[in-house]
Amino acid sequence: MDRIYRVEVIPLTGQSRDDYLLSDIAALGIRGVQRVVRCDLFFLRGDLTEQEVARLRDELLVDPVVQRALWRLAAGKSPTPPGAIRIEVGLLQGVTDSVAENLYARAKLLGVSGLRAAASAQSYLLFGALTPGEAHTIAQRLLCNDVIQHYELGCLSPQVGIDPPLTEMHAEPVSITDLSDEELLRVSSERLLSLDLAEMHAVRAYFVGEGREPTDVELESIAQTWSEHCGHKTFKGIVEYVESSDEGIVRERIDSLLRTYIQAATKKIDAPWVRSSFVDDAGIIDFTEDYEVSFKVETHNHPSALEPFGGANTGIGGVVRDIMGVSARPIANTDVLCFGPLGIEMEQLPAGVLHPRRIYNGVVSGIEDYGNKMGIPTVNGAIVFDHGYIANPLVYCGCVGIAPCNSHPREPRPGDLIVVLGGRTGRDGLHGATFSSIELTDETGETSGGAVQIGNPITEKMVLDAILVARDERLYHAITDCGGGGLSSAVSEMGEGTGVSVWLDRVPLKYLGLQPWEIWLSEAQERMILAVPPENESRLRRICQDHWVEMSVIGRFTGDRRLHLHYEDEAVADLSMAFLHKGIPLRKLKATWTRPTFDEPDGPIWSVGADLAQDLLQVLAHPNVRSKEDVVRRYDHEVQGGTVIKPFVGVQDDGPSDAAVLRPLEVADSWPGLAVGCGFNPAYGTIDPYAMAIAAIDEAVRNVVAVGADPEHIAILDNFCWGNPLQPDRMGGLVRACKGCYDGALHYGTPFISGKDSLNNEYTDGETGQQAAIPPSLLISALGIVPDVRHSCTMDLKAAGGLVYLVGETRKELGGSFYYRIHGLVGNSVPGIAQAGPATARALHRAIGAGLVRACHDCSEGGLAVALAEMALAGGLGMEVALAEVPVAGDDRREPDWLLFSESNGRYLVEVPPEGAAAFEAQMNQMPCSRIGHVVDSPSLTVADCQGHETLFSLPLATIREAWRGHLQGPSVGRERD
Amino acid sequence: MKRPRVLIMHAPGTNRDREAALACELAGGSAEIVHINQLMADERELRAYQMLVLPGGFSYGDSLGAGRLWANDLYHRFSQALDAFVAAGKPVMGICNGFQALVKAGYLPGNGWRQRVTLTHNRSGHFECRWVRLRASAENRCLFTRGLDEDILCPVAHGEGRLAVADEAAREELWGDGLVALTYFAPANPADNTKLSPSVAARRPAGYPNNPNGSVDDIAGLCNHAGNVFGLMPHPEDHIYPQQHPRWTRGEAGGLGIHLFRNGVRAARAFT
Repeated sequence: MDRIYRVEVIPLTGQSRDDYLLSDIAALGIRGVQRVVRCDLFFLRGDLTEQEVARLRDELLVDPVVQRALWRLAAGKSPTPPGAIRIEVGLLQGVTDSVAENLYARAKLLGVSGLRAAASAQSYLLFGALTPGEAHTIAQRLLCNDVIQHYELGCLSPQVGIDPPLTEMHAEPVSITDLSDEELLRVSSERLLSLDLAEMHAVRAYFVGEGREPTDVELESIAQTWSEHCGHKTFKGIVEYVESSDEGIVRERIDSLLRTYIQAATKKIDAPWVRSSFVDDAGIIDFTEDYEVSFKVETHNHPSALEPFGGANTGIGGVVRDIMGVSARPIANTDVLCFGPLGIEMEQLPAGVLHPRRIYNGVVSGIEDYGNKMGIPTVNGAIVFDHGYIANPLVYCGCVGIAPCNSHPREPRPGDLIVVLGGRTGRDGLHGATFSSIELTDETGETSGGAVQIGNPITEKMVLDAILVARDERLYHAITDCGGGGLSSAVSEMGEGTGVSVWLDRVPLKYLGLQPWEIWLSEAQERMILAVPPENESRLRRICQDHWVEMSVIGRFTGDRRLHLHYEDEAVADLSMAFLHKGIPLRKLKATWTRPTFDEPDGPIWSVGADLAQDLLQVLAHPNVRSKEDVVRRYDHEVQGGTVIKPFVGVQDDGPSDAAVLRPLEVADSWPGLAVGCGFNPAYGTIDPYAMAIAAIDEAVRNVVAVGADPEHIAILDNFCWGNPLQPDRMGGLVRACKGCYDGALHYGTPFISGKDSLNNEYTDGETGQQAAIPPSLLISALGIVPDVRHSCTMDLKAAGGLVYLVGETRKELGGSFYYRIHGLVGNSVPGIAQAGPATARALHRAIGAGLVRACHDCSEGGLAVALAEMALAGGLGMEVALAEVPVAGDDRREPDWLLFSESNGRYLVEVPPEGAAAFEAQMNQMPCSRIGHVVDSPSLTVADCQGHETLFSLPLATIREAWRGHLQGPSVGRERD
Repeated sequence: MKRPRVLIMHAPGTNRDREAALACELAGGSAEIVHINQLMADERELRAYQMLVLPGGFSYGDSLGAGRLWANDLYHRFSQALDAFVAAGKPVMGICNGFQALVKAGYLPGNGWRQRVTLTHNRSGHFECRWVRLRASAENRCLFTRGLDEDILCPVAHGEGRLAVADEAAREELWGDGLVALTYFAPANPADNTKLSPSVAARRPAGYPNNPNGSVDDIAGLCNHAGNVFGLMPHPEDHIYPQQHPRWTRGEAGGLGIHLFRNGVRAARAFT
């Protein structure tokens, strides 16, 4: 008999864990809740005896030391304890439930054959004075995301084992050949195609030429291939650019930003160690004689706005697959996150937008879950808070990989099989590629819920294990990941030069009822596509069996350069590859740029030295600057045993490292390493995106050089997150940023090897109709080679008596600085290019290699002042420095404010042992470099003024620590109990 | 000298297999990473090896609790071979997820399969990665911690590492029978890196974050009564080179986790 049992797993008294929930509930303004008990809930459906349910409970569901279980038929109700309100949250039908999948599979192994389906859910008992209205608020704001979940006050009616209604699978013809412009646009918007009129015209013309109407499968394929996400039409389009300034108007026509600036820089630098740029799923450079390394950074912004955990989770999953897609083993993850201010009031949020705090919690948990479970160390990143990210949070996810040289084949041949490895295909992530190309509104969550994917890192880990074996046995001719655009993107791109024939009914599905176009477009996670010669099929199948990886042959590479899709006997698509990939009309974009002017004070905004000390403490305590240890320690940065320089360094392991250094297991018998760092400063972008690009490249280079990377062996990646490119001012800023990328990359000789853009990060308020774009946000990630990790360097002060040098010139450049920000200013004097930067980086690298540098820290956010404070607190030692000695450029009179807080590019703060001073100075000969002070035992940072040697201020280390780390004592950090 | 064969058991989702293998190799063993399916298909036989390591990771995604499904494998599919391996006195080491699996399968602390000890969610409610100091407890039976003359420094990286006991009796038994192999230890001065005596008469609570998960009595690792089965939450395999030390650029050294593997391999040699 078919029944549903409900098993509630309850923590025993004293065994529940700390929960952010209580503080999150308080943050909603609901003060009555005193205690929350979180229980796991399982629904078991099928023909089960009570003995079988009891067996599943004992062997799989309950840990008897810390839990007990209640179970009953789900039709009955579990009593709610007096004084409590029960909220239960379950997943919607069709959403990936890996816990239930594992439970189901294991029950079968245990011989409980009557189990037909299982589902997992959460039950929360809230104790205290609480109204049902408040309980609904808690459920909606904190516990349940209706994009993927449903909830009830009281016991949940389970959605388990409900078969989807039987529908007929076939492709629908869509009439477009006779449509007017208006009707074409309606088709585009109703089907979420995100195609503009020129593009719809091209589609119509193609099918008029073919003498037939397209099928829905064909239309969806074209829309996906031509989406911004997959086709990068803005970066490849033609831009009419107009820049106006006091000096007049400059007009330019730019044929592709990508070719003109980004790829042009790589070409011009022509570094012999670049193996692959802008061709593969990731950029690849030489590492050692035997190994090459790859790097890719992606964004997953829109999904993270709607479902933060799933969005960030699959963001990591996706970029890791990019690395698997170049046949490499992932060895490090990076993440840069941007959120609205966490303290913002709910009333200030635009309609339909999740609270930044919820997004933050979800995103961090999502990254933690995927990276840790994949066994990839998360070693570098940043977190930035700004009002501009309230409706559009940014989630940049990066991954570094390693592979033996020449082990990545990239040529599918006619006759090869098209093989799908890994996860099954469901409705998850439909329209993700086109969805990422639209602006968010208050209704996006409702209309695009399907665009959210849920990840299963263990499935991906198993696929990775299987692929590495297949790679070493050279079983495939090509490989790529199934990401944005699903099979459509992966298979049709891989087969562009050959042609493919695919049977969609051979794609393994999670559940029945998917239409052919849904199978083709689904962005279900953890899938890889391989081109496998038929003679290798059985060996690959064996490897997959050994690793519990599902493998399906879904078609063949042909030689006719057409895309043939079939569903059983029906042909559902037949397109020429040339049209699909080259038929998109070049987008024409208008771009205008006028530099905005912000208030900038004429005179000083301080009077006595104590003011500057207070300012320093305020900058150190700023959410963007202060320690992120509470987040960073939730990521495993040690797994794989290669993390030589960790995210935190210093005497108490709590100083902020400039970059991570890795020595991968593959080279554990020698000493080369990899430095991974990044540069990101959207505050400069508000003033001038050109300056932002220059500064981001400079910072990324500084970060990796500071830990020991060779400045002549650094590759960089560009990741643009921008507003709507159809708005000429947004586009104008984008042009400025690309020009900055070109100039900055050439200046440092750092080629771009990969990049990605996420545009349309705008939000339209449904009520007011107001549009808002995010701040222009360019992330530059750097991957540098460290010749010998034994010479790598950390930023913590090492010993009293050490001499402190400032390398690089300081200018009066306070525009966009944190100093201005804490005074409510933006300013205009944004940092410019550091002319001496490359030469000083090379000289500094030689000094580090010669063992002359004890500690090195780059000067970035907060300038010299913050760098001094961070080095001191990390080393547990004080410093005495004199501003009179700071090397400066420009004609400005020396003033302590800009000497301390200016964020000029190209600068490093360095500790040198006294006995090495002469040799260090000889290395730095001709460079802007001065000794500005020394390290002292006494625990304070003392700064002398610019004129003589009068003390401007002296700050105890304890005060500096309190400013930078004081917030970590709050409820979000683990505390001792018992 | 003959290198004993060490089997590193790879389950779906384990991810510190390679480091564990490397540590065993450095310690003088000959390590082989073997997928659980190869054991099930009888392509490899446990008894052909002299030492077994269950590495860290997230077997089966830790669905239904950390290490639980892997534990289910151990007692439903391998119990015969594993029981014989343990009874013979061959060294078995479970690290992190491997420790969780051994505990939940009843191999640790052993003595009948009803589970009286567990590893559950950290008090902090989330995953944590940080370095800890481990001290071998006095008069414990564990062969892996024998002769340690300094504390071990290595990272933890887990979300479910809090050791909890069913009752006071279980707790007393762990200590009374010498089954507590390692404890989290708070140095008097965080910067203090001098070698410390491994035995302390009076235990003082390590406190968070030295005890990173809230384990009862700061217990970090357990052994069985025979001393040949050993499990711990921290990762000694991630500190086998001086450059993995978090403060090596400050000239700090010592506390390598390799000692535990050397002891294991040394014991395994008796079975070659």
